[in-house]
Amino acid sequence: MHEEEVLGKAYDSRLMRRLLTYLAPYRATVAFAFLLIVLGSAIDVSFPALTMWAVDDYMTVGDATGLLMVAVLYFALLLIKFGVAYLETYLLQSTGQKIMFDMRRQIFNHIQTLSNDFFDKNPVGRLITRVTGDVEVLNEMFSSGIVTVFGDVLTLTGIMIAMLVIDWRLALIVMAVVPLIMAVTAVFRKKARDGYRRVRIAVAKISAFLQEHITGMTVVQLYNRERASASRFARINGENLRANLDSILAYAVFYPAVELLSAAAIAMIVWYGGARVLADTLSLGVLFAFFQYSERFFRPIRDLSEKYNILQSAMASSERIFTLLDTPPAIVGPERPVRLGASSTVRRGSVEFRNVWFAYNADDWVIRDVSFEVRPGESVAIVGHTGAGKTTITHLMTRLYDIGKGRILVDGVDVRKADLDDLRRRFAVVLQDVFMFSGTLDSNIRLGSDLPAERVLASAEDVGLGPYLESLDGGLQHRVNERGTTMSVGQRQLIAFARALAHDADILVLDEATSSVDTETEQQIRRAIDRLMYGRTSIIIAHRLSTIQRADRIIVMHKGRIRETGTHQELLAARGLYYKLYQLQYKEQGLVTVQGGSTP
Amino acid sequence: MILGTGAVVATTALAVARPLVVRQGIDSLGDAVTRDVLVQLASLIIGLAAMEGVFRFSQRWLMIGVSRRIEYDLRADVLDHLMRLPQAFYHKNFTGDLMSRATNDLSNVRQLLGPGMMYPTETILRVVLSTSVMLWIDWRLTLVALLPLPLISFGVYQFGRRIHRLSERSQEKLADLSARVQESLSGIRVVKAFRQEAFEMAEFDERNRALKRRNMDLIRVQSVFFPTMQLTIGFATVVVLWFGGRRVIAGDITPGDFVSFMMYLSMLAFPMIAVGWVMNLYQRGRASMERLNYILDARPETLDAGDAADRDLDGDIEFRNLSFAYNGVPVLRDISLRVPRGGTLAIVGPTGSGKSTLVQLIPRLYEAPPGTLFIDGVPIERWPLGKLRRAIGFIPQDTFLFGETIAQNIAFGTDDASREDVEESARISNIHKDIEEFPHGFETIVGERGITLSGGQKQRTAISRAVVRDPRILILDDALSSVDTYTEEQILARLRGVMRERTAILISHRVSTVKEADQIVVLDDGRIRERGTHQELLALDGEYAALYRRQLLEDEIQASE
Ligand SMILES: Nc1ncnc2c1ncn2[C@@H]1O[C@H](COP(=O)(O)OP(=O)(O)OP(=O)(O)O)[C@@H](O)[C@H]1O
Ligand SMILES: Nc1ncnc2c1ncn2[C@@H]1O[C@H](COP(=O)(O)OP(=O)(O)OP(=O)(O)O)[C@@H](O)[C@H]1O
Ligand SMILES: [Mg+2]
Ligand SMILES: [Mg+2]
Repeated sequence: MHEEEVLGKAYDSRLMRRLLTYLAPYRATVAFAFLLIVLGSAIDVSFPALTMWAVDDYMTVGDATGLLMVAVLYFALLLIKFGVAYLETYLLQSTGQKIMFDMRRQIFNHIQTLSNDFFDKNPVGRLITRVTGDVEVLNEMFSSGIVTVFGDVLTLTGIMIAMLVIDWRLALIVMAVVPLIMAVTAVFRKKARDGYRRVRIAVAKISAFLQEHITGMTVVQLYNRERASASRFARINGENLRANLDSILAYAVFYPAVELLSAAAIAMIVWYGGARVLADTLSLGVLFAFFQYSERFFRPIRDLSEKYNILQSAMASSERIFTLLDTPPAIVGPERPVRLGASSTVRRGSVEFRNVWFAYNADDWVIRDVSFEVRPGESVAIVGHTGAGKTTITHLMTRLYDIGKGRILVDGVDVRKADLDDLRRRFAVVLQDVFMFSGTLDSNIRLGSDLPAERVLASAEDVGLGPYLESLDGGLQHRVNERGTTMSVGQRQLIAFARALAHDADILVLDEATSSVDTETEQQIRRAIDRLMYGRTSIIIAHRLSTIQRADRIIVMHKGRIRETGTHQELLAARGLYYKLYQLQYKEQGLVTVQGGSTP
Repeated sequence: MILGTGAVVATTALAVARPLVVRQGIDSLGDAVTRDVLVQLASLIIGLAAMEGVFRFSQRWLMIGVSRRIEYDLRADVLDHLMRLPQAFYHKNFTGDLMSRATNDLSNVRQLLGPGMMYPTETILRVVLSTSVMLWIDWRLTLVALLPLPLISFGVYQFGRRIHRLSERSQEKLADLSARVQESLSGIRVVKAFRQEAFEMAEFDERNRALKRRNMDLIRVQSVFFPTMQLTIGFATVVVLWFGGRRVIAGDITPGDFVSFMMYLSMLAFPMIAVGWVMNLYQRGRASMERLNYILDARPETLDAGDAADRDLDGDIEFRNLSFAYNGVPVLRDISLRVPRGGTLAIVGPTGSGKSTLVQLIPRLYEAPPGTLFIDGVPIERWPLGKLRRAIGFIPQDTFLFGETIAQNIAFGTDDASREDVEESARISNIHKDIEEFPHGFETIVGERGITLSGGQKQRTAISRAVVRDPRILILDDALSSVDTYTEEQILARLRGVMRERTAILISHRVSTVKEADQIVVLDDGRIRERGTHQELLALDGEYAALYRRQLLEDEIQASE
């Protein structure tokens, strides 16, 4: 579903009030800018009056000095108008920029506090649009739309008043076309709005499509999807084309229609005003001023309907931004957190699950009534079929998701009572899904932390990256491209491992951390861990028997429940799920033990 | 386009005629005219406006419409081209950058083609026609009034250049910011696990600030630009008022002339501003076209060349003394290897030894040097790429799923997979039981990149996606690494059934995966160290045997020590 489909009113006082709060810090500047706009509009309205004055009082009577005076005045006003326009534009645009800066920061910072369930549902592309595109739309409204609407309305009112004061009868005749224009505008607005909504949907779809295809291009190419994708794209692209053509049609009808009506107004001035000049009840200067006013009168009207679009999209954008900002982080630390490991009786590095139930969606339980305890310094392995819920267990103890029922204790403290940062600091995690940032190998290991260079290098060497680093020019400073795709998958996994080692912690969590790494390297890493993590807790998830065999305890999970617990030998003896899971490897093992025994 | 230009000419001519009518009206006021004349003039104005309206409509409809159609074609071209670009291109370029070229830049080019074509034609015509009429009415006044015109053009040009340069810089900063947001959010799970939120915020802030600074630079110039234009035009008005007024007083021109002059000036005001605007469009459009050409000029893979088009592909693969390097760094050295049709090859070897690289040469994700890789005895470059890839089911080491339903993901590589085919292949990869337990079954949407599936579920979906294509050659690049050995054994058993007549290549770090293969090679540092069957290699007691012992025995041995 596309949030882009929602397109509300052009003016929503609730949204507008909230938008205005962003102006608050720049109140004085904005107020000043508005004063300038009023001044600018007034000057605009006065120009035709000046020409009228010149024609009637000086030109027709042949007073050249008077004419000069008016010209000088006109020129002076022009200069003032220049200054006013410059200041106004500058002030508004720069305020707009400051506001955009504030908003972008607020949105991004808010997104950073949101929890995983939010990111499961919202594609990255959409969130980027909130931070950049939607904010840009608001900028357009702040710096041009809303303000010029204000200016336009002022100018329109000014012109109407001026015309009425100069000659109310002629003024009424000119204004007779206004209802017609309003009718035309109303029809146009409906069409334009619909077209505009469709364009937005199509554009959002086009971006999503492109984004996904660029990131998944290897698969697209490997699976010969070029033609199929092109034809799917043609459909979306065509939607966009049709929606645009419909809007063009609306505009193409609207502009000439307004022009025609303004020509009608001029014709009326010629006809009615001319007759009155003939009858000597109207001066030539007034007639002339009216020509000029009617020109200036229709321009803002035309602009106003264009601004309507800006306003409308700004409302839609702000609605989306505010919805995002109003999404509370599902997981926040408590107001008064309990310090982890504060009581001296508890050794650090324990994790305990007590009858834990958890579901990603509603009642679709993924973890069912799980209880276990990992004591400080213990090494515990979690095994089970794929999809059994192993990764989920690690998500829960670092409180990336909140559980439905039960309790999880880390160092004896309920995770919901601990400060989030304090809690996560206990853990060094190697995630199953490896992610590389663009930058360097060094920046990928240290991330934003201020670690000494030796520590980073030592971690890289501990995971067996030494020879690889030597083969690279620049070593740790070697550039990493987006997602690190020019490294082998195993190399990426090793970097992720080094990352966890470098960010030393009480509890090491390895979720399939060596699944793409050869066994020799894996054993080398294990030796390093034994040394580095001596006395610390480790929780290891793996499918490879060799990885888990040596754990103090093995927890066997099945469909979200704990099926068996015990050491390798105990579990084999029990002939349960574990035995079944590993009998293939075990059978082989028996066979080779004999051979292996014969070699010294 | 030609029709559109015609419409522009007509519109402009009609617009230019209008002040002439008004002039006629005003001047006739002096003579003893009847009201009938006024009525005639009034109707003439409306008539002209109506005609102008018709033409203006066609102009907009035709020219902007055409630009939208061109945009449509261009966008389709960009995607087509992107889909033909090689891997190396995507390693070199950021997704965000390519996205911005394919969207923002494309839209800038579109504006250059539509409004950018429509307005200049109209502007030039308007200026030429109005000026001629003005010259005809009073050449002296015209010369004086239009004196600032060249000044405007010069100013516009200068401003245009600066604005263009500045806006390019701010675009860069915006791209920078987007790229950062993209990475930071794609890696959000790492950010959270390592508590890097504050760092990410600081990094973002830095870019946000840089963007603001650049935008401010731009604004400083832009806010002088339009007021300057207004000032210059206003200046011309003052000149007409003063100089023209004196000529009216002197009786050299009529008040009607004067009024029509004023009207022409305001008619010229818009073109003058449009000139500036169009200059911007043009500058921006040109830069954007260059950025688009970066994609469009990149050298694509050759899709359907190759003279082996009408042969059937059987799936006999042979490497002959193949060496391969990425940008000069050698990765594979002197590989000779043959997998006969229907055979199974397994590759093991340390991390970074070149296993993935070797198999990626088969679907030509990278190009093997000529004469080193043969399919059915035919050099690989002589197979049309489309045909070659259609015959291969390749499961990359890096699982990528689309944010669609599971069924759509599995059926991705086929045009006509039925529901049964999809379910059957789900059974082969042993994921059907998982899927059946999902509340929405095969219609479950898997989230961006398959984020809501477990590691093993993702991999098995990817296996189904390959199997459903019924390929001659199946390549599993460590595609079972996140699957437990029990499930793995089931998958392999089922695959063996399906693949009996087909060629298969398996890469794995697990002995359990590879031991049944007809042929196992051990790759190390880009060279083949050992080859043979499981038993042969164990007998050889080399690296493979060591690997085998490591995986199964190490702990047993340690325990007995
Ligand atoms: N973010 C998520 N949203 C919804 N469902 C999810 C999410 N992550 C996992 N699941 C589902 O929860 C179940 C358990 O997944 P989990 O990732 O914990 O499995 P696992 O034991 O780690 O499997 P594997 O060995 O394949 O990695 C699976 O059925 C999976 O589809
Ligand atoms: N696109 C690329 N550009 C440059 N170098 C690359 C690229 N892809 C891989 N490499 C390098 O080539 C070497 C071989 O990589 P490859 O992916 O073939 O290894 P692998 O044997 O598959 O390793 P793994 O077991 O980790 O998957 C590695 O050192 C890697 O860093
Ligand atoms: Mg998992
Ligand atoms: Mg590989």
